[in-house]
Amino acid sequence: MKTLLEVSGVSVSFDGFKAINNLSFQIGKAEMRAIIGPNGAGKTTFMDIITGKTRADEGRVLWGDKSVSLLKMSEAQIARAGVGRKFQRPTVFEDQSVFANLAMALKKDRSPFSVLFYRGNTADTEKVEALAAEIGLTDQLSRKSGELSHGQKQWLEIGMLLAQDPQLLLVDEPAAGMTPEEREHTTSILVEAAKTRAVVVVEHDMEFVRRLNCKVTVLHEGSVLAEGSLDHVTSNQDVIDVYLGR
Amino acid sequence: MTRQPLFAKNPSLLIFLACLALFTLLVTVFSEAMGTGLISTSFVKTLGKTLCLCLIAIAMDLVWGYAGILSLGHFAFFGLGGYMIGMWLMYARTRDIVVTSMANAEIPPTNAEVIDGIGNQIFGVVGSSDFPLVWAFAHSLTLQLILVVAVPGILALIFGWLAFRSRVTGVYLSILTQAMTLALALYLFQNDSGLRGNNGLSGLQNLPGADHIPQATISLWFLWASALALALGYGFATWVVSGKFGSVLRGIRDDEARVRFLGYSVEGYKLFIFTVTAIIAAIAGALYYPQAGIINPAEIAPIASIYLAVWVAIGGRGRLYGAVIGAALVSLVSTWFTGGQVPSIPLGFYTIDWVDWWQVVLGLSFVLITLFAPKGIGGLFDLFTGRTPPNRHGKDLGPDSGALQEQEADA
Repeated sequence: MKTLLEVSGVSVSFDGFKAINNLSFQIGKAEMRAIIGPNGAGKTTFMDIITGKTRADEGRVLWGDKSVSLLKMSEAQIARAGVGRKFQRPTVFEDQSVFANLAMALKKDRSPFSVLFYRGNTADTEKVEALAAEIGLTDQLSRKSGELSHGQKQWLEIGMLLAQDPQLLLVDEPAAGMTPEEREHTTSILVEAAKTRAVVVVEHDMEFVRRLNCKVTVLHEGSVLAEGSLDHVTSNQDVIDVYLGR
Repeated sequence: MTRQPLFAKNPSLLIFLACLALFTLLVTVFSEAMGTGLISTSFVKTLGKTLCLCLIAIAMDLVWGYAGILSLGHFAFFGLGGYMIGMWLMYARTRDIVVTSMANAEIPPTNAEVIDGIGNQIFGVVGSSDFPLVWAFAHSLTLQLILVVAVPGILALIFGWLAFRSRVTGVYLSILTQAMTLALALYLFQNDSGLRGNNGLSGLQNLPGADHIPQATISLWFLWASALALALGYGFATWVVSGKFGSVLRGIRDDEARVRFLGYSVEGYKLFIFTVTAIIAAIAGALYYPQAGIINPAEIAPIASIYLAVWVAIGGRGRLYGAVIGAALVSLVSTWFTGGQVPSIPLGFYTIDWVDWWQVVLGLSFVLITLFAPKGIGGLFDLFTGRTPPNRHGKDLGPDSGALQEQEADA
């Protein structure tokens, strides 16, 4: 399997505290990966580095077939290159309709001039409607997204992520605040997405991770502690110590 | 959800244009130029100037109400537009006077003598007679009209590029824009800046070569031009904010980082809207100052831009008609109060003189509107268009305030 993203020897420190310490990680083009770890293990910082929000002090982050470095690119450039991110708290544009939210996320030319002259077309409307059906928000399309429930906002953000059509999805706690049925649906969407693209899921909930049925990376104090199947890592003595030992 | 005509999607555009047309027609019919004289020429000018202020308010609403950039510098662009057109007006008019006065000389004046004469007339007041470099194009209306757009546009482009690429946002950006405005005003106050220092440019109400046309007629021309500019500006702004571009702008206002992670270059969008609104402001200024007759650096002072923000806030941010209503209402009421036409209120021990107290009233209403009616006057329209937020009551069912409420869940 070819590598889509390769992170090697990355370190970041905030005021002397090493949030990420010589971390290495790679993921293939159609692969699902779960990242678990105790609080403060550096999971979110890790995503911040990939998406360009935080600059790495050292190390390399290489992307795609051409092995482009992501470290010199801006957040928007990285997103256009094909990295999509879902935040822990659902962040949608509450003042705008569900339709507008999804339309904004659709994969399109993002330069100001082409957006200024973009006036919508049937193909795009159909795409948005198909996405809305997938995330169960067909009836809410014209509502303001601020009126949606917490779970529906989570869905909307997942929908926006899919609309971007990224090669790599970084998903931070997708199931937070969802009912068991909604979790089931989230799992199936993510598993489906992982057939054609890389998906990285950060999650606390072991049950959810088990259902994803994928390779697991355990982070601890900014570096990889263990990697392998869920059963493999949970039987690892270091992992048990980290999770139960303090 | 598919392609719709602009008017169908924005019924307020049609209503606005109809109101503007009716207003222009009424003022025209009752103006002195048309004989009835119910509206004095000076009031026609005031109304024409008000239309220009409405146009810059639309620019402010685009940049602040939609994109969330609280610029305290848009009156600098307004003033620059005024200076650019003022230079031509003053030059051409002075040239006419100089040529007429020299016509009786025994030897016909050379071109150099005429230009010297113009320079003496214009710059005598600051103790000079040479044309500074900035007046190089003042002889040509076409070139000065290009400069009306180009000078503020390029200034906004450079300033915006520097500010936005360093990701200066929020109150820091406001301070930066204010500093730019102050610096520009202080520079123009100097006699050697080449724009007549604190005297500014004057006599702008006299169109060159139109001495035989009464001011009553000229004032109407400018009213029409201002109304046309406002209509075009309103239409353009509606078009900009109605599509996906408007979505992105409002997204930037509400959550800049999220827009960035969607792949939009936030800096590019901010720079675009900042520059475009600076140009709109400059066009408004170029129409305003010929009606005002005089421009001086005090017009550019930061307080003017702060007033602009107050108008838009009182009228209602994030809706174009709100900005227009705010600018028209506050500036007209302000003219009324500060014009000394409102009777003072004697309280025996103290007399409330509205010329002084108007500022207090304005400040107080700004505070009250911000606190109790953040949607401004424009928010009143929501009452009968039904654009009200859902009435949410009951306890939160989910983990945060965005979750369904008890009574909504029942429905």
